[in-house]
Amino acid sequence: MAIVYKKPSTLTDAALSYCPGCTHGIIQKLVAESIEELGVVGNTVGVAPVGCSVMAYDFYTCDMVQAPHGRAPAVATGLKRALPDRVIFTYQGDGDLAAIGTAETVHAATRGENITIIFVNNAIYGMTGGQMAPTTLPGQVTQTTPYGRDPEVAGYPVRVCEMLSALDGAEYLERVTVNNIPNLRKAKKAIKKAFQNQIDGKGFSLVEVISTCPTNWGMTPVEALGWLEEKMLPYYPLGVYKDRSAQKEGE
Amino acid sequence: MQERVLMKGNEALAEAAIRAGCRHYFGYPITPQTEIAAYMAKRMPKVGGTFLQAESEVAAINMVLGAASAGVRAMTSSSSPGISLKCEGISYIAGSDLPCLIVDVMRGGPGLGGIQPSQADYWQVTRALGHGDAQVLVYAPSTVQEMVDMVVKAYEKAEQYRVPAVLLADGMLGQMMEPVSFPEEGAHAPAEKPWAANGHQNARKHNIINSLFLKPDELENRVRERFQRYALIQKNEQLAEETMVEDAEIAVVAYGASARIAMNAVKAARAEGIKAGLIRPVSLWPFPTDAIRRAAGQAKQFLCVEMSMGQMVDDVRLTLEGSRPVAFYGRTGGIIPTPAEVLDQIKELAKS
Repeated sequence: MAIVYKKPSTLTDAALSYCPGCTHGIIQKLVAESIEELGVVGNTVGVAPVGCSVMAYDFYTCDMVQAPHGRAPAVATGLKRALPDRVIFTYQGDGDLAAIGTAETVHAATRGENITIIFVNNAIYGMTGGQMAPTTLPGQVTQTTPYGRDPEVAGYPVRVCEMLSALDGAEYLERVTVNNIPNLRKAKKAIKKAFQNQIDGKGFSLVEVISTCPTNWGMTPVEALGWLEEKMLPYYPLGVYKDRSAQKEGE
Repeated sequence: MQERVLMKGNEALAEAAIRAGCRHYFGYPITPQTEIAAYMAKRMPKVGGTFLQAESEVAAINMVLGAASAGVRAMTSSSSPGISLKCEGISYIAGSDLPCLIVDVMRGGPGLGGIQPSQADYWQVTRALGHGDAQVLVYAPSTVQEMVDMVVKAYEKAEQYRVPAVLLADGMLGQMMEPVSFPEEGAHAPAEKPWAANGHQNARKHNIINSLFLKPDELENRVRERFQRYALIQKNEQLAEETMVEDAEIAVVAYGASARIAMNAVKAARAEGIKAGLIRPVSLWPFPTDAIRRAAGQAKQFLCVEMSMGQMVDDVRLTLEGSRPVAFYGRTGGIIPTPAEVLDQIKELAKS
């Protein structure tokens, strides 16, 4: 019998620690597939920061380092400078990357560190039980915005790809989502490209994946996918925000 | 005979790190240790190494975490307020069993404090360099030559026991110039690191560098195993220099720059017929309890001299367990005690 689908060899047999219906599992698989298809698992070191993705060190078969909250781009910088011929990636959430780790993110980008960052934006702190994230939408109810996020009090969400696109050091920035199969295919292409860029020595590549958190949004997985499309995508438009190499070729 | 050169403490330390095989330095500017960064910025590109000026002390220590995870000899340096910022990363490094070198060229505190020499970080580096049950190796040189020698030792011991090491200096040692000789390049090869996360090349199981253990019994076992290594360090790695202690009735205890001042005072006391001696802790953790207890064999009194309001004196008192009176003399805020001030203290004790 022909095998039409199987788990990537770059994932271990450990049971994923994510809630049912959460899109983390899909995104993580896309990362694992990209590493497998590029044939670099033996040459790759991943960085798992604090948040829902912290257990990622148990899920990938490549070498892994666990980083303090928000510091994954700095840890990845240390790894990459020590191991310039290895593939170094981080897998970070929105609280990690766009709140506590903003400085590390911005400066890794502006230095043009030749690393790959997979940024999962689900507009909430998942692991600590659903508090306001830097990407929580105006009006969105969370544990720490029980009356909805009021920009007068809590400010506005951070649009990471737009912000980083102003930096000369960034090579490739794309926002994708995984709410349906066509979008999932685009997400896979973007993630693989972000790894290929590093292998080609092109520099800082970040893929932002708009994601769901049914548990902390208080929705069923299906409702969550609908909310993502209705509420999140208008605020966080999908697309390529920077592609320095493609831009140069076009000039 | 080895060539001797006249060098500033901070620069000698930086050169020593390069000779010890450090090729990855991550730092952030802060007085009075910026010469280390400046020296590394000049030298690292010449030896194929990395000098990186990070966006913060927090980022710098996490870059050290990354490079140390890869198995290379990595280093950062800072001064007191910057060391406070590094505490988070140091706790993770200690919890991940990574060896590395952290240099603290102490200045006055708390807060922004001042930029003159101080020894007020003793508590921080020996007790609380980050959260959790953890210790780090702490070496306290008192000459520029020792700054060089301790860098090599710090890397060797950090790798042997898989713990971070701190070299604790002060603005005085960092800025002063003295003749030094360096060890041969490559004389101290880094240890093999089969645990490093450097890409398994499909030749071994994947390595994980991690400090998270959600199951309490697993975390307790991890910490207990680390404390077995700490016990070995306390047994085997105490370092202290003892001068005129054999017959000393008054044992002065001082480290780093304070020890140089105390030495002059002890010699002056001897010239006046007072039996004084000096114990200079070279390792602050492990604290040299053996040397202190040995001195208590004949010393009737102890005097601790520090550039702080009295921090190491706690360890002297803990070691002596109330068996001898321990006096303290210190200046703080960037003021360096004079030998005459210390001599007055010794004479006062000699009267009692």
